[in-house]
Amino acid sequence: MGIPTRHFDALIIGAGGAGLNAALQLAGADLRVAVVSKVFPTRSHTVAAQGGVNAALANVLPDSWHWHMFDTVKGSDYLGDQDAIEFMCREAIPTVYELEHAGVPFSRLDDGKIYQRAFGGQSQNFGGDQAARTCAAADRTGHAILHTLYQQNIRARTHFFDEFFAIDLVRDAEGVICGALVLEIETGEPLLIESKATLLATGGWGQVFRTTSNAHINTGDGAAMALRAGIPLMDMEFFQFHPTGIAGKGMLITEGTRGEGGYLINKDGERFMERYAPRAKDLASRDVVSRAIVTEVKEGRGCGENGDYVMLKLDHLGEAVISKRLPGIRESSQIFAGVDPVIEPIPVFPTAHYAMGGIPTDRFGRVAMPAGHGSEEVVVGLYAAGECACASVHGANRLGGNSLLDILVFGRLAGKDIIEYVRENPYQRAADSASLEQAMGRLGRWEQRGDGPTVAQLRADFRKCMEDHAGVFRTEEIMTEGYNKLCELRERLPEVRLTDQSKVFNTARIEALELENMMDVGMSIAVSALHRQESRGAHSRPDYPARDDQSWLKHSLYYREGDRMDYKPVRTKPLTVESFPPKERVY
Amino acid sequence: MKISVYRYNPDTDTKPRMQDYEVKTFQGMMLRDALLEVKKQDETFSFRHSCGEGVCGSDGVNVNGRNVLACITPIGELKEPIQVRPFPGRPVIRDLVVDMTQFYEQYRAVQPYLVRKDPLPEQEILQSPEERDKLDGLYECILCGCCSTACPSFWWNPEKFHGPAALLQSWRFLADSRDQATEERLDALDGPYKLFRCHSIMNCVEVCPKGLNPTRAIGKIKDLMLDKGV
Repeated sequence: MGIPTRHFDALIIGAGGAGLNAALQLAGADLRVAVVSKVFPTRSHTVAAQGGVNAALANVLPDSWHWHMFDTVKGSDYLGDQDAIEFMCREAIPTVYELEHAGVPFSRLDDGKIYQRAFGGQSQNFGGDQAARTCAAADRTGHAILHTLYQQNIRARTHFFDEFFAIDLVRDAEGVICGALVLEIETGEPLLIESKATLLATGGWGQVFRTTSNAHINTGDGAAMALRAGIPLMDMEFFQFHPTGIAGKGMLITEGTRGEGGYLINKDGERFMERYAPRAKDLASRDVVSRAIVTEVKEGRGCGENGDYVMLKLDHLGEAVISKRLPGIRESSQIFAGVDPVIEPIPVFPTAHYAMGGIPTDRFGRVAMPAGHGSEEVVVGLYAAGECACASVHGANRLGGNSLLDILVFGRLAGKDIIEYVRENPYQRAADSASLEQAMGRLGRWEQRGDGPTVAQLRADFRKCMEDHAGVFRTEEIMTEGYNKLCELRERLPEVRLTDQSKVFNTARIEALELENMMDVGMSIAVSALHRQESRGAHSRPDYPARDDQSWLKHSLYYREGDRMDYKPVRTKPLTVESFPPKERVY
Repeated sequence: MKISVYRYNPDTDTKPRMQDYEVKTFQGMMLRDALLEVKKQDETFSFRHSCGEGVCGSDGVNVNGRNVLACITPIGELKEPIQVRPFPGRPVIRDLVVDMTQFYEQYRAVQPYLVRKDPLPEQEILQSPEERDKLDGLYECILCGCCSTACPSFWWNPEKFHGPAALLQSWRFLADSRDQATEERLDALDGPYKLFRCHSIMNCVEVCPKGLNPTRAIGKIKDLMLDKGV
C-alpha cells in the first residue's frame, strides 16, 4: 500500500500532561520525537484540571512523602500497587519543583514558596490531622501546567502532528509494535508513523457516560487501541464520579472549594457529610462523598423542584478568598448555574470524572501483560502513561490532586525509560503489510454507503445505557441488564453508516471512529464491574456491600476477545518501606 | 429558533453559503449546544469544540459579527437571526473550521517560555505574592484566537505583526520575576511590525472571552522598551 511514511525514534500519541512531559525528556536527549494529537496540544483535557497537584513540600503544614503514600494507599481502598505509589509520592517533590522551574505560575505564600491547599483524603502522620498537600495555581492548575509544558516543548523543538487522529497501532513481521497509522484530520489522508518506541498518552474516557466533567475528546482512543492489539485493560470497573459537578450539566467544581472551607448541604440546610464522615466531613474521599450525595437525594433530602441535587455552600468564605483562590469556579458557576457563589450556594451532583483503570504498566510506563503461568511480560516497545494507563497508583479510588501528579511523574519516567530503550534498540522496524491493512480496514469500514442508524443515535443510546447501568450504585440486576443492552448496541454498530464521505476536516468520520473506541472501553467497564462481587472504592454494590479482601484483593484484567476476564495480584510490597496492610477505611 | 450557519466544503462546494437550521432551545442553552444540535441534524457540518466550559479554547467562532467562544455564549443573549461564521481573516478549511497556523506561528515567535540563566535552586524559585499577582490577567490566556482574528492590524499583516494573543504572552514572561531574558525579548520585538503595528484599536479587549486585556499588556511592553532605551 502506498501510504506516506515518516520515521521517528519515539512516537507519542496524546499531547496532555503525560505526553508533553515525556516529549520534553526525549527532545532534551536529542531523540527524534513525534507527538500526535487530535487537537492542538493546549486543547488537551489536562487544561481543565482545577485544584492542583499533590506533593509533600510541607510549605503550609508539616508533611512527608510517606504520609502522602499512606493516604494514597488508603484512598485506593488498598487496591493500589504500593511500589508504584511509594515511587510516585517520592517523585512528586522533584517533579513539582521541576515544573516550577519550567515556569508554572503557581500561587504563592507570603514567604515566596508555592501555595498549597487542603484536599480530600489528606492527612498528617498516617491518618491524623488534615494535611495541605495540593500545590495550586489558583483554580487553574491544569491550564497553567499544560501551557507551560507546551511552551517548553516549543523551546525543545519537539515535532508536533497537530490534529492527527490515531487509528491503530501497527506491528512488524515479528509482531512487535512499531508505530501507528494516523489520519490527518484536515486532509483526511492516512499517514504511517514508524517508531522505535510508542507511548500511549491519550487520556481518559469520561465521554462514555452521558453526564461527565470530561471533554468531547475524552473517548478512550488509546485504551481501545490497546484492546484491539490484544492487550487487556486493568481495573476498568473503578470509575470515579466526582461529587461536585454542576447539577444537570456535569461541569466540574473543584474539590478545592471544600479544601478552602466550603461544604455541602441538603434541602434542610443540614451539613450532611458530618453523618457520613464524622472526622473528615466534606474532605472525605471522593467515592465516600459521591455516595453520600446520591443517598441524600434517594432518601428525599435533595434540593430543587425535583429534589435531585444538593448544594455547595461557599458564601461564608467571603468574596476576597473566592476571587483570589477560586476565580474560575466563580466564573463557571455564574455562566452555567446562574449563581454567584459569593452570594448563594451552587447546585451540585456527582459527575463521571476519572478512570482509575487502564492499560496495565509497570512503574516505568512499560506496558505489561500476563504471559501465562502467573508471570508478566513487557510488551516490547510499547509504553502508556497518564489517565489511559494503570500503574496502578489509584487502585479503586483516586485522591484529588493525584491525577496531575500521576500524569507528570509517569510521563516523565516513561520518557526517560524510552531514551534507554531506544539506545539499546536503535534499529527501525517496518510495519508488516497485514498489520497495516488491518488498521486501514478501520477507515475502509466507514466508506460503506447505504441506510443505517447514525453515529449520533447509537452514541446517545450507548452513553445513556452506561449512565443507567454502570453508575454510582451497581447491583447484579442493573448491571446484567446493562450488559445485555450493550451487547445489542455492539451488534448494531456494524449497521451504522456515515452520510458524509468527504475528506476535508470530516468530524463525522472522527466521531464514528471515537464511537467504536468508546463502545469497546464501555464494554470493558461493564464486564469488569459485573464480575467484581464486592464493594471497594468507587465500585459500590448494594448486593455485596462489604469489601472482600479474601477473594477480591486483586486487579481485574479485561480482554476484548470474548469479553474474557482474568486477574492478577496486587503488589502490596513497597520499594523501601513497610507495607500498609488493608484496614477498614473510615474518614 | 432559527440559526444560520456558514457552510463551505472544498470537496463539494465551489463557494460558501449560509444555511438555516431550526433548533429547539432550552434553559441555559449555549451557542455550542445549538451547533451540536445542528451537527446532530446534519453530520456534514464541521466545527471544532471540546471542553464545553471555556478552558480549552477550541470553539471560537464569529456570531452576529462578534468573535466569541461558543461554549460560554448563552443563546438567549444573542439577537435573532443568529448568524454564525468562521473567524474573520483566516483561511477557511471547512465550515467554521479555519486555518490557525499563522496565529500559532506568531505565538511561538515570542519565545513563550520561561528563560532562567542562573543555576536552578534545589527547591522552588521564590516569588512573592505581589510578584505573582503581576501574572494574573496574563497567564489565563487559552489561545482561542478570538482577539487576534478580531484585530485589523493582524488581518493586514498576519505574517509580520505578532498580534494581541502572542504579545500578551510576551508580556506574561517579561512580567515574570523569575524570567531572565528581558533584553533578548525586547530586542526581538524591535522594528515597525512585530509589536508596533498595534494601534490600540482595542477589539482584542472587547472580545476576549476570559476578560483579559492584551492592549494594556502591549502598552506595558512599549513602556518597558522606553525605560530600557531600546
